Amino acid sequence: MNKLWIVCSCLIIWSCRSDDQARHVVVTTTGKIISIDSASWPSSFHLGRPASPAEIEKMDIDVRPDGVGLPAGEGKAIAGKVIYMTKCVACHGTDTTSPDAKLLGPVLVSTKPGKNKTIGNYWPYATTLFDYVRRAMPYNEPGSLTNEEVYQLTAFLLQANKVIGENEVMNAKTLPKVVMPAQNRFIPDDRRGGAEVR
Amino acid sequence: MEEHSKDINQDKGSMGKPISRRILLGGAATAAVVMLKSSYGQIVQKAITQAELKISDPTKEPGPPPGVLGTRSTFEQPVKKPSDTSSRTPLQDLFGTITPSDLHYERHHAGVPVIDPHNYTLTIHGMVEKPLVFSLAELKRFPSVTRTFFLECSGNYRGGKEEMTPQEICGLTSQSEWTGVMLSTLFREVGVKPKASWFLAEGSDAAVMTRSVPVSKGWEDAMIAYAQNGEAIRPEQGYPARLLLPGWEGNTSVKWLRRIELSDQPFMTREETAKYSEAVKDGKIRQFSFVMDARSIITYPAYPQQLQKGWMEIRGIAWSGRGKIYKVEVSTNGGKTWNAATLQEPVLDKAHTAFRYLWDWKGGEAELMSRAIDETGYVQPTMKQLIDARGKDMGGYHLNPVTSWLVQRDGRVLFKTERQ
Repeated sequence: MNKLWIVCSCLIIWSCRSDDQARHVVVTTTGKIISIDSASWPSSFHLGRPASPAEIEKMDIDVRPDGVGLPAGEGKAIAGKVIYMTKCVACHGTDTTSPDAKLLGPVLVSTKPGKNKTIGNYWPYATTLFDYVRRAMPYNEPGSLTNEEVYQLTAFLLQANKVIGENEVMNAKTLPKVVMPAQNRFIPDDRRGGAEVR
Repeated sequence: MEEHSKDINQDKGSMGKPISRRILLGGAATAAVVMLKSSYGQIVQKAITQAELKISDPTKEPGPPPGVLGTRSTFEQPVKKPSDTSSRTPLQDLFGTITPSDLHYERHHAGVPVIDPHNYTLTIHGMVEKPLVFSLAELKRFPSVTRTFFLECSGNYRGGKEEMTPQEICGLTSQSEWTGVMLSTLFREVGVKPKASWFLAEGSDAAVMTRSVPVSKGWEDAMIAYAQNGEAIRPEQGYPARLLLPGWEGNTSVKWLRRIELSDQPFMTREETAKYSEAVKDGKIRQFSFVMDARSIITYPAYPQQLQKGWMEIRGIAWSGRGKIYKVEVSTNGGKTWNAATLQEPVLDKAHTAFRYLWDWKGGEAELMSRAIDETGYVQPTMKQLIDARGKDMGGYHLNPVTSWLVQRDGRVLFKTERQ
């Protein structure tokens, strides 16, 4: 078993190498990780074309927890509820939907205790709602909502889960400040490798 | 392969009238039905065509000429088992360790997109010196790498009843030989800034699915793959190009990859917060649990096989996202004693590894189990060990318990289910 630990240590040492070195690794067909001498490589293969700021902006739709990526616009729960009842309710139900109902999507607005993982009892970041709804919802028409509509829906989902009040306005400034109830439950992977079952 | 042909006209319905199996099976080309015994002894019903029926002695009639595409024998019909969200590999029907590409498991979040390879691009931007857009042809011009490893969904455990096949229990794992360019080669080309610690990988499916990945994995062994088992990657596996993170939960290997953004923090996407996170003890929720722990399963004998007394080879696969499989042990008495199985060489890093153990079944009840031990010293745990470690509310992700098969006196083999 000692040999195995040496292999692991080597990998760790390798991954700690300084970033400004022209380091490069490849994996052999048997899965062995080896570093190769990229000194024999040209400094660039001159493949790929520069990505222009405009084309990056068009694709770059992600939103981080610190609010980077949130667009202009704002919304309140009351407007979001109208959109929800039109475009979301068929798959996600309402607070009065029976827990036994067969829904196509996960329950989103239940504040009742239960085994369902909901926005109110599980989602750690409010910004994730904006990011996900804008990129992937509604399921049958992804990417069809305006930024304003996404803010409105985000406000409604947070309000329906009792995270914010009815009159709070969600925008690029307020959304990152919303603290989700479950946020302090999240921990990074605490498995430590080796023999331990965790 | 044995077969027992039935003439369609000899088959009588309950009213005594001949019933055409052609009608019953709904296939215009069906000429008859044969009861096939698979090489594992399972009896299956199979429709065959008039042309196939005619060939009774293959030595007396020339076969078809060379063709443009090979096909499976019409007597072999392994299939995936789909649900609303995924489709499972028939582990019990496979040999060796490579999963035929059309039997690779599927898990996607808004269906399989159609992407024109001529219009495909991969953009790498964010904390880099030179943001670049690569075409598929350009990705293929970089130095390439070919590597075999498994891909497993982290939600790969089902239980709840005795009549379950390996496919139903853990068919969300598959193995391919992948070819592509190392992500480190592309990182070098764009000049990843030293302060970049995470990158976002984004797919161009209808979910525009995203995951955050530590940059260290990108330097270590991440690949952008465009080929699988010797041909272009299949649409269900990410055509024309995908991210692959060997040994890590399948969801992080984003398919139909269109964009990589370097950052100094994770993006906290839906798939790494609301999903693919699991409750552990003290009310905590474990997040970014990337590595798949070691696991194994006996794929023969397994439900629905019917055993006959005598010698047989207990067969299965073992794998670990932490490295190589070091050893597999098999028990035929419910874990009272364990015996080393033979591993098929070469044992590859982070790869399905075939194991075998000879056993003489004398006819009594038996409980067959396997447990994988990987090169880090990790021993595949029991369900009880997992519950003890994570608590009763642990979710369905990263469950890798030892799987038991209960051999009945009459030769039936049933899954010993331990958790709903």
